[in-house]
Amino acid sequence: MAFALLREKGATLDKQKFTWRELVQPPISKLDDDAFTRVRIILMNGIEEEAKRFSHTFARMCPDPALQRTLAEVRRKEVHQQVMVNWLLGADHSTLEQTIGYEQVAIEVTAAVAQKEPDPYLAQVYRYGLLEDFDHMYRYSALMDRLEGKDANNILQSYTDILPGRPTIDEHRAPEHDLRRPYEKMKAHPLTKLHALTIMAGEQQTHNFYMNVGPTYADPVARSLYAEIAHIEEQHVTQYESIIDPAETWMEKWLMHEACEVYNYYSCVQAETNPRIKAIWERFLDYELGHLQIAARLFQEHERRDPAELLPETLPDPIEYKSQRDFVRGVLEKEVDLRANGADFVHKKDEPQSSLDYRKQLNSAGSPSQTASAGYQWAPGTELKLKVVNL
Amino acid sequence: MARTQQREARLGPNKTGIATSPVQIEKMLAGIDKLATPSSEGNERAIAQMRSQHIESAEPVGSVPPPTSMKGLAKSGAKMMLGERPQLLLDKLGERLAVERTATRLYDALIAKFRTQPESAISDGDLVRIRNEEAKHFALVAGCIEKLGGDPTAQTPCADVAGVEALGLIQVITDPKTTIAQSLHAILIAELTDNAAWEDLIALAEKMGETDLVPEFEHALEHEAEHLKLVRGWLRTLMEQESDVLKAGSKQ
Repeated sequence: MAFALLREKGATLDKQKFTWRELVQPPISKLDDDAFTRVRIILMNGIEEEAKRFSHTFARMCPDPALQRTLAEVRRKEVHQQVMVNWLLGADHSTLEQTIGYEQVAIEVTAAVAQKEPDPYLAQVYRYGLLEDFDHMYRYSALMDRLEGKDANNILQSYTDILPGRPTIDEHRAPEHDLRRPYEKMKAHPLTKLHALTIMAGEQQTHNFYMNVGPTYADPVARSLYAEIAHIEEQHVTQYESIIDPAETWMEKWLMHEACEVYNYYSCVQAETNPRIKAIWERFLDYELGHLQIAARLFQEHERRDPAELLPETLPDPIEYKSQRDFVRGVLEKEVDLRANGADFVHKKDEPQSSLDYRKQLNSAGSPSQTASAGYQWAPGTELKLKVVNL
Repeated sequence: MARTQQREARLGPNKTGIATSPVQIEKMLAGIDKLATPSSEGNERAIAQMRSQHIESAEPVGSVPPPTSMKGLAKSGAKMMLGERPQLLLDKLGERLAVERTATRLYDALIAKFRTQPESAISDGDLVRIRNEEAKHFALVAGCIEKLGGDPTAQTPCADVAGVEALGLIQVITDPKTTIAQSLHAILIAELTDNAAWEDLIALAEKMGETDLVPEFEHALEHEAEHLKLVRGWLRTLMEQESDVLKAGSKQ
C-alpha cells in the first residue's frame, strides 16, 4: 500500500518522550536473531548519526535563533532514537563481530540500492563502492579467523559471501579521484536523493566506528588493518557526499534528511522479523513523520515553496533486506578491474598516475590487508577446517 | 527451581551455523573455488612476521613507581644492589592488589544476579563471605605494599595487564543475559588464577627475603583454595541439576 508522505502527521514532539530504562533495552540475540535485524540496527544508527551531525552543522551556520531552537528540539529526539537503536547490539559481539555486521550492511544495502537507483551513473558509483566493501569483508573475516579463531559466517548467517573483491591494497586513490558528479537537485528522482543520503550515512558511521575501535586492539595486525580500512571508508564518505547536489539549500537538505529517516524506518518496518524490534521501528517511523512535518512547515516559511516540489507523494518501494549474492557476484565478475579517473570509471590499465603514485608510497612499507589475509580462503567453520598444520 | 526451568540450555532458533541455512550455504559455496583465489600468497606466517616486527620495536607496558618512603627506599636500594630486584615484588603485589579489588566487584555483580535468580545449591552467606575475603585480601596487599615503601594507589605494569585479562570476566558476569552457571564459569577462571598467583607470590616473597609477609599470604591462599572448591562444587551441582531437569522434561 502506498505510503502518503506528507499526509501522515506522525507524533508531535511533545509526545516523543523517553526514559533511560526505555533507551537501554535488552539487546537482540547474536545467536538467534536474523542477521538482517542486526543489519537494520547498524544502518539506522548510521542514519541517526547523520541526522544529528547534519543538524549540528546546520545550527552552526544558522543565524535565526528560532530555527536554531527548533533544530535543537528535533535533534534531541534524534539522539534519543540513536541511543535506543545502537544499544540494541549485544555486548557478546566482539568488535570484529560488529565489524562483520558493519560490512554486511555496506554490501547488502548498497547492492539493494544499486539495483533500484534510477540514475545509471549513480548506480555505477554504488557498484564501484560495493566491490570495495565486499573486499573489506574478506579481509576482516581473515583477521577474525586468525586473531579470535572465529567464523565470520556465524554473523553473516550465509547471506553474504566471504570472497576477495577489488583488493583493498588497490583501493587507495589520490583524493581527486574520490570525487564524483552530483545529482542535479531539480532533475533528480526523489529516490536518488534518499539513496545518496542513506549510503553516505552508512559509510560515515562505518568510518567513525573503525576510527574509534581500531586503537582498542592490542594486535598490531588488527590495529593496522583497521587503520587501512578506516582510510578507505573515509574515501567512501568523500565519494558519497560528493554525489549530493551542493547547491541544495540548508532547508532542502534538512527536508531530505527527515524524508530519508522516514523512508528508512518505513523500510525497516516492512522487513523486520523480530516483533519487539519492529515495534521500535514503527514507533520511530511515527516520530520521524512528526519531524518531517516540522521541517516541511519551516521549509514553506523560509523558502516560500511547497515541500511537495522535493518530496514524492508516496514513498518509493522499501529497501529490500535480503541476500544480494547473485547481483554482487555479477558485479564482481564484470567490474572488479574498474578504477576511478576523476568522476569516471576506467579499466585499471588506464588508472591515473597520481593514484598509482599515492598508493605505491602508502603501501611501500607493507600492506596490512595483504598481510592479514595472506593466502586466506574462507571455509565453513574457519580455515582450520581446511588445514590444521601451517606454522 | 523456577530459575533452572527458565534458563537451562534450550533447543531454539540459533541461526549461526550453516545447517540452519541450507539454501543460502549451497549458493554461498557454489563456484567458490573459482572465486576464492587469495590476492596475496602465503598463510598465517605473514601475521606472525608482522607481529614479530612490532614486538621487536615495542615499548614496555610501563614502569613500577619507585618506593616513596625513606625506609622503603633504603630497603629497595639495598636489595637492588644485591640484584634481587624488589620492584618485581612490588609489581606482583600491585597485580595482586588490582586482581583482589576487581574480584570483589565481580562477586558484587554475581551476588546481584544470584539474589535476583537464587539457586538452591548456592549459599548467599558463602558468596558474601567470599566477596568480603577478596576485599580483605585487597586491604592486606595494600598494607604490604606500604610496608615496603611502595604506593598502593599506583597501577603497576602487571596490575595493568591483569586488568586487561579481567575485562572478559566482567563482561560475562555483568551481562543480564548470562546465567548463574555461566557467571560462575567466569569466576572459576578468576579463582583458578588466584590460587596459582598466591602460591607464586609466596614463593617470590620467600626468595626476596620478605618472610614476614608469608604467613598472611598463606592465610589468603587458604581462603582462595576454599573459594575454588566452593565454586567448582556449585558449578558441578548446577550442571547436574540442569541435566536432571532436562531429563525429566524429555520424559514428559
